[in-house]
Amino acid sequence: MLDHKKLTESSQNRDSKNSDNKINIEDSVQKKFSKEKADTHTSPSVSVIWRLMGYGFKHHFRLFVAFLAMVSAVISSMAIPRLLGTAIDQSLESGENAELLIIAGSIIALGLFRGITGYVQSYFSEGVSQRAAFDIRNDFFSKLQNLSFGFHDKQQTGNLMSKATVDVEAIRWLFSMGLINGFRIALMLIVVAILLISTNLRLGLATMAFVPLFVWHAISMGHKMRANWIAVHVETGKLTTVLQESLAGMRLIKSFGSSEYEEEKFNRKAKSVAHFNYVVQVIFASRGAMMTFFFSMATAVILWLGSYEVAAGRMSAGEIAAFILYMSMIAMPVRMTGWIVNILSRASSAGQRVFEVLDSKSPVEEKPGSRAIGRSTGRVKFENVALSYDSGPLAIKNVSFEVEPGQLVAILGASGSGKSTLVHLIPRFYDVSSGCIYIDGIDVRDATLSSLRQNVGIVMQDIFVFGASIRENIKYGVDNASDGEVEQAAKIAQIDDFIKTLPKGYETPVGERGVTLSGGQRQRLAIARTILLNPPILILDDSTSSVDMETEYRIQEALNAVVKNRTTFVIAHRLSTIRQADLILVVEDGEIIERGTHDELMEIHGSYTHIYNAQLKSQQVVP
Amino acid sequence: MMRGWSRVDVDEEDRGTIYDSDVIRRLFGYLTPYWRVLTLTILAMLVYTATIIAIPWIVKLTIDNHVRTGDISGLNLVVLAFLIVALVQFGSNYFHLKLMSKVSQRVLYKLRVDLFSHTHRLSMSYFEKHEVGKTMSRIQNDVQHLQEFLSIMVLSLADVLSLAGIVAAMVIMNVELAAITFSVIPLLFLMLVIWQKFARLAFIRVRQKLAVVNSELQENITGVRVVQSMNREHSNIRQFGKTNNSHLDATLKSSRYSSFLFPSVEVVSALGLGLVVLFGGSMVINGELEPGVLVAFALYIQRFFDPVRNLTMQYGDLQRAMASGVRIFELLDQRPDIVDKPNSNILENLKGEICYEGVDFEYDQGQPVLQNVNVHVKPGETIALVGPTGAGKTSFVSLLLRLYDVTSGCIKVDGQDVRDITRLSLVRDMSIVTQEPFLFSGTIKENIRYDQRNITDSDVESAAKAVQAHEFITKLPLAYETQLLERGSNLSIGQRQLVSFARALVGNPRILVLDEATANIDTDTEILIQRSLKNLLSDRTAIVIAHRLSTIKSADRILVLDKGRIVDQGNHDQLLQRGGLYADLQSFTAGQ
Repeated sequence: MLDHKKLTESSQNRDSKNSDNKINIEDSVQKKFSKEKADTHTSPSVSVIWRLMGYGFKHHFRLFVAFLAMVSAVISSMAIPRLLGTAIDQSLESGENAELLIIAGSIIALGLFRGITGYVQSYFSEGVSQRAAFDIRNDFFSKLQNLSFGFHDKQQTGNLMSKATVDVEAIRWLFSMGLINGFRIALMLIVVAILLISTNLRLGLATMAFVPLFVWHAISMGHKMRANWIAVHVETGKLTTVLQESLAGMRLIKSFGSSEYEEEKFNRKAKSVAHFNYVVQVIFASRGAMMTFFFSMATAVILWLGSYEVAAGRMSAGEIAAFILYMSMIAMPVRMTGWIVNILSRASSAGQRVFEVLDSKSPVEEKPGSRAIGRSTGRVKFENVALSYDSGPLAIKNVSFEVEPGQLVAILGASGSGKSTLVHLIPRFYDVSSGCIYIDGIDVRDATLSSLRQNVGIVMQDIFVFGASIRENIKYGVDNASDGEVEQAAKIAQIDDFIKTLPKGYETPVGERGVTLSGGQRQRLAIARTILLNPPILILDDSTSSVDMETEYRIQEALNAVVKNRTTFVIAHRLSTIRQADLILVVEDGEIIERGTHDELMEIHGSYTHIYNAQLKSQQVVP
Repeated sequence: MMRGWSRVDVDEEDRGTIYDSDVIRRLFGYLTPYWRVLTLTILAMLVYTATIIAIPWIVKLTIDNHVRTGDISGLNLVVLAFLIVALVQFGSNYFHLKLMSKVSQRVLYKLRVDLFSHTHRLSMSYFEKHEVGKTMSRIQNDVQHLQEFLSIMVLSLADVLSLAGIVAAMVIMNVELAAITFSVIPLLFLMLVIWQKFARLAFIRVRQKLAVVNSELQENITGVRVVQSMNREHSNIRQFGKTNNSHLDATLKSSRYSSFLFPSVEVVSALGLGLVVLFGGSMVINGELEPGVLVAFALYIQRFFDPVRNLTMQYGDLQRAMASGVRIFELLDQRPDIVDKPNSNILENLKGEICYEGVDFEYDQGQPVLQNVNVHVKPGETIALVGPTGAGKTSFVSLLLRLYDVTSGCIKVDGQDVRDITRLSLVRDMSIVTQEPFLFSGTIKENIRYDQRNITDSDVESAAKAVQAHEFITKLPLAYETQLLERGSNLSIGQRQLVSFARALVGNPRILVLDEATANIDTDTEILIQRSLKNLLSDRTAIVIAHRLSTIKSADRILVLDKGRIVDQGNHDQLLQRGGLYADLQSFTAGQ
């Protein structure tokens, strides 16, 4: 039996574990993955492990109890072989049944004690590990919720999820398995060495000579497994991508009749995953068998040398028996060493990955001493605003304008010209690189984020619907909204009558598991959400350029209702909206190239006139 | 945040059983091709088991004949025998594990590939009723769980086999002592049965709670922009804390059970050893037993409880693997709605004539989507489909591609019923551009070429030029070799649409379907495409669903769909003159 069986315990979801089961690698492969290896392995650094320990030490009492229980369990189990040896010698010499009873009783009592301490150890270390994982998950979640757009733009959800699941699990293992078992093995080795050497120096030394060999072997296996684990991980990731894309693009694949091509792609990846898993298991098999062989050799030495010692009268038969039992007793823990090494190095690379997120500085942060602003009148001013992401080229430059309360601002420009970025600066999803944005004369960076964002509502281009009922989705920002208010908002957003056609009405689940909403319906849902928030400043990042007539009409009605009595920024494609605007900003390459009302801009015969003639005028829609 | 029930796999299949005869039987089916390797494996396993039994036996012999008596003659021989057995053990151990791993990995590989191919054979109606995430989890996670199960089995099978050998060896060595030792087994059995009663549900609960935690996490990562814009961070963090806490409670509860197993096996094995010492010892005193037997028994007892310990430790994994197995085979048992008839024809040299004859279609019974549709499209004709949302436009083209089968009537392509030709040959010379462009990770070139191997680089380029994509592609640092991220997320949606346009055209399809293909392209680019569109559609049959007047105007014929029926058809001017629905809508938008 291989070590890892011992090490796996039953309860938790251990997606991480699988990967370990099948680790290995040939040299060529190792090279192939050396890059990934370098990424995660740079230094399974002591500092990361130490920092992780902090999460365990928080529960120092539980940790201490677990340790105490472990030490007691080791010491009590160590007495058993010796008792058996004594029993043999006793029965050979004195022949007293009474003494046997005492010895047998002691063995059972020790077994019971060991059982109880084993339970305590396992329960408490499990508790520490679960609490540590709990804390890390909470930290991770809060951090992610607070990191601004600049961070999330560069992340992939899958990657973050894998940090929160696989990596947290790897860290948990450090506490539930790695830490205590590491000490347990060390303790057992020391105690056995002392016992054997004190019983018989020569035989003790000869036997223990094998131990460094085992340990070295085990550790080198740990390293090989690690490299392989990475290979399995990388290849499985690729397999998942093929799978995911292929399932999500099923309609396309069927339309192209390309399932054979997709199957081939998948087949290649699946083969490579199977290969690495196999290589891992083979290494496991060879190393495990090798170590069992080493232990058999040690036993042979005991038998051979031991016989001479007994013949010379330096040892008793019972002592030899005890020696053999000691060897078989530490066989398993020593083989676990490789496993422990693996757990440690995985925990440290997992820790590194998790800390990367926990240590990220949010590009947008609240200044100390920032103050809460009340309900704004809706006066917005941009003053020489410029923005560059990661000190790259300027995405926004030299933008200044002023908006009076209640005005409607339409922003026009080609895709990629910086329209969305410009409006995202108002609620501080990004921070300006230079210049200032004022709301009611207050620099947005002097306000607390929550009070600022209470004043700015936004309907984004990509509308996210949460997996919950329609009602919950609408009252997402306003927990205490009444049912009447929710329905009122839905009416204004022109989605109420659609909702009422659904069998479960407002309680209809939407999102991944629920009813799929069309683009236009999603947009009106988001508008309803924002209406309920009733912000004095509203941003509509409108991506629907070409929808059927009914939807067009509906959205138009919703928009007209919502822009009343507030300052509104609309990224617009609709002629009707643009014509109504108090201020039209034409954006090109992050700069405002023209500004004014429709009539003013038509008179100067510039870019706007060109866009109007080329696009807006012809913007007639049929069903 | 919210309840988070959205993506939770509340797992009806997870009933916590660790043995499902149906799953095991079908898994065995996957083993049959490997019977030769398996026979070898079992042979190696038998040898291995024999050595496991032999080693304590040799120890016993050495102790009784040499150690105890101090007689060293013949010792070398015994030790040599011991070493040989150890070497054989090494060999057979390695060999059987290696073979088993090979078989188990092949089985898993086969299972994965089978699942994947099977899903590709399932019809669209399946994917409408089942989330992608769930199907993915079958092929990914559930196979992974089975993999864990198999690797446990690989490692444990020899152990289980050796149980029998150990029992036999102990009985042969000393029947009475063996009987005394085994008297503790019913106790262990009883403990396990009682334990399982409690643990089963606790473990299921942990898995369910974790699923909730993960789905909440995922949702709030994906929706983080909305969360921040709505100031929901704090209440979400609070809510997540609660969810996380209920998972913690569940795990702590289950660890009460999981921690119990290992120690209880320890206690039972100590009990067995104690009994051996007591009874065996007195037998030694009475001269009925050699002392070496005591040592051998102690070694056997340790070996005996190892597999028991290991298997019980894997309890949760076994539960999970069985639930996964049930789900996997459930998916494999799904029958596709659309299969090629035996003796289907292969459609060759498609001319592009399409004929709908009295077509009725419904997704769900009693809710007709298309009714009595009769259309005849001549090769090379461009048809525009017009109608309000829900009129059946997309369904109309889905039937042409045979993503669904008509409910009644028939669709003929080049005079042949689509149900009489193989699906592959039907769609080979057709292409589609959909409203939501779908790209794959890979380079732009690979995306445009897609599955058509005979497409050269210059074909790719000229297709890109034709749809005005060439310009933006060449502006990218790596041009056509630019790696796209998943779903092409590093391109703007309009650029993605242009690439998917190029992909549809590169194979020079005879029939081209544009399903609101220009909806996501910015107006600038759209105008450019409009100009080339006439060219692109000129020598092939095209079906265009669009809302832009300019696109529709240039069609040879416009079909007006309403509530699943064709209510009018003709060219732009004819339709306007006739003054039906089309004219109504026209006047509405004009007055905007």
